[in-house]
Amino acid sequence: MAVIPDLRVRIGALAMANPVMTASGTFGYGEEFASLVNLARLGAIVVKGISLEPRAGNPPPRVAETACGMLNAIGLENVGLERFIAEKLPFLKGIHAPVVVNILGDSIDDYQRLASRLQMVPEVAAIEVNISCPNVKHGGVAFGTDPAMARAVTEAVRAAFDRTVLVKLSPNVTEITEIALAVEAGGADAVSLINTLLGMAIDIRTRRPRLANIVGGLSGPAVKPVALRMVWQVARAVRIPVVGIGGIATAEDAIEFLLAGATAVQVGTANFVNPRATEEIIDGIAAYLQAGNMASVQEIIGGLRS
Amino acid sequence: MAAYQKTATVSRRETLGEDIFRLTLQAPEIARHAQPGQFVMVKTVAGSDPLLRRPFSIHQITDDDQVQILFKALGKGTRLLAGVAVGQSLDVVGPLGRGFSPPATSHVCLVGGGMGIAPLFFWASHLLRSGRPMEILALLGARTREELASLASDMAQLGLSVRSATDDGSLGHHGLVVDLLADLGPEPGWSVYACGPYPMMHAVARQCMASGRPCQVSLETMMACGLAACLGCAVPSKAGAGYLHVCKEGPVFAAEDVAWP
Ligand SMILES: Cc1cc2nc3c(=O)[nH]c(=O)nc-3n(C[C@H](O)[C@H](O)[C@H](O)COP(=O)(O)OP(=O)(O)OC[C@H]3O[C@@H](n4cnc5c(N)ncnc54)[C@H](O)[C@@H]3O)c2cc1C
Ligand SMILES: Cc1cc2nc3c(=O)[nH]c(=O)nc-3n(C[C@H](O)[C@H](O)[C@H](O)COP(=O)(O)O)c2cc1C
Ligand code: FES
Repeated sequence: MAVIPDLRVRIGALAMANPVMTASGTFGYGEEFASLVNLARLGAIVVKGISLEPRAGNPPPRVAETACGMLNAIGLENVGLERFIAEKLPFLKGIHAPVVVNILGDSIDDYQRLASRLQMVPEVAAIEVNISCPNVKHGGVAFGTDPAMARAVTEAVRAAFDRTVLVKLSPNVTEITEIALAVEAGGADAVSLINTLLGMAIDIRTRRPRLANIVGGLSGPAVKPVALRMVWQVARAVRIPVVGIGGIATAEDAIEFLLAGATAVQVGTANFVNPRATEEIIDGIAAYLQAGNMASVQEIIGGLRS
Repeated sequence: MAAYQKTATVSRRETLGEDIFRLTLQAPEIARHAQPGQFVMVKTVAGSDPLLRRPFSIHQITDDDQVQILFKALGKGTRLLAGVAVGQSLDVVGPLGRGFSPPATSHVCLVGGGMGIAPLFFWASHLLRSGRPMEILALLGARTREELASLASDMAQLGLSVRSATDDGSLGHHGLVVDLLADLGPEPGWSVYACGPYPMMHAVARQCMASGRPCQVSLETMMACGLAACLGCAVPSKAGAGYLHVCKEGPVFAAEDVAWP
């Protein structure tokens, strides 16, 4: 009988039992999936993006289905930092999977204050910095589209938080490696990518956009080839670990990202389609390694042949 | 609130009019935990197109713990679902959301328009089984006799009074189902439950709020998850600037909690 393969991976100081995490905004605060998924098995849980103050989000319609994907313009609705700590974190403490808090802000100061407060909360294993948000003080340009701003946000969080810091990159840029190198220089322990791709859909019957916000973020299987290409490019450019995200729905999808150089993956939209997706992916990676007589997942990370 | 993801075999498929179907699904865990007004998320096809599950009210729970859904084939997903044969299986998640709350009065009026009639069957059966003495009246509306006839007679079979309205006058009142609310008379002792197209529910809610009758409505929105995770199912809330989430705080809401236009 084949030995059970070792699925453990490390992202900075964050040790995970396997490389499968949930993607922010697609798994609520964990609790929502408690009766459908064995949460303890997850490599890590990344919660919905948290801001300093609660946000109400955008008017509906907020989601629209597209070919093999979906658009969303949720508007970063969330309960805010203090309610997250008081109301959502107690449940997460009990599940034995590391908790990664995704944060978002309007200014560098917002990010720094979020990180300082989370530094005081020992149950938070890592922060994932969403830099796809507009910098309100700088004409609303997204932090993640400008290397200098991306680096400055990273430095601010790094200075305030001494556990693992992941910076989540926006794909809506010309040169993703440039941003990845900037946040590496800013002290990030890892980069995660991709966030959603900006898109749009129109109802030709009413001639109205399908989203009240007109444009929204595309996710799901439709984005996978783009995400895989960007992960491969970034993994070759930086020395820190890369977490692959985008359209991952099966173990085969996840293995593609690992081969392209990702140390771990995040599962997003697939949680909506198949709430058991994360567990099935963990089992599928183990089965793939076993079938290939590989003892550890490390043997496939970056294992792309050319 | 526990939800289950189950592979449910289709044990029965009925056609109840043009493009209207009732599927009976073997999902005993979902059936045993279901409350009237809750819904299920159904994957209409394996694979990625269409990608997302579709929400359907729990239409009825049969005596042998099977789950029924009632739907109209109108788009990609529902047409695929209409083509599912007995013996095939569907991936179903549920029961989800918050259903109807018990009436505060002894007179209950159920108002259903189109496929909004679906959850009223489970609710009516539940009320009848509760053994509380009450009078239940169902006001059902649809476009044509073809759409409504078999649903109206099935509803009457449950043992409650049914009144119908059709847009073309081919069955019952010629006009809107809301018009039938006038027949309840002036006394406020009715609890009203409405499910149907948005303009219908709005009209029912407005009349009830004006006459001081308690009214619950079951709302529909686009949904990506049904699990309170995507936050895509927001509807404006009466209280403050925030939003209600149809899959979590709903789909059933007190009419006064919703921000009507
Ligand atoms: C809580 C809830 C309970 C529901 N219960 C029932 C039911 O018991 N019976 C029934 O026939 N229908 C019900 N619906 C509506 C049903 O989910 C939609 O008709 C279905 O999703 C359409 O899918 P489609 O692929 O056929 O249509 P699509 O091709 O996706 O679209 C066709 C049309 O349906 C609309 N639509 C698409 N998705 C939804 C959605 N999630 N909600 C509302 N409208 C949508 C689109 O805007 C479009 O106008 C319910 C919806 C909700 C939110
Ligand atoms: C409904 C929804 C909400 C999301 N919310 C967030 C968020 O709050 N913060 C964030 O960094 N990413 C958010 N994302 C992006 C996802 O985490 C992920 O990067 C993206 O969807 C691509 O992965 P997928 O194709 O597997 O979904 C959201 C995605 C969706 C679909
Ligand atoms: S449908 Fe996803 S939160 Fe309600």
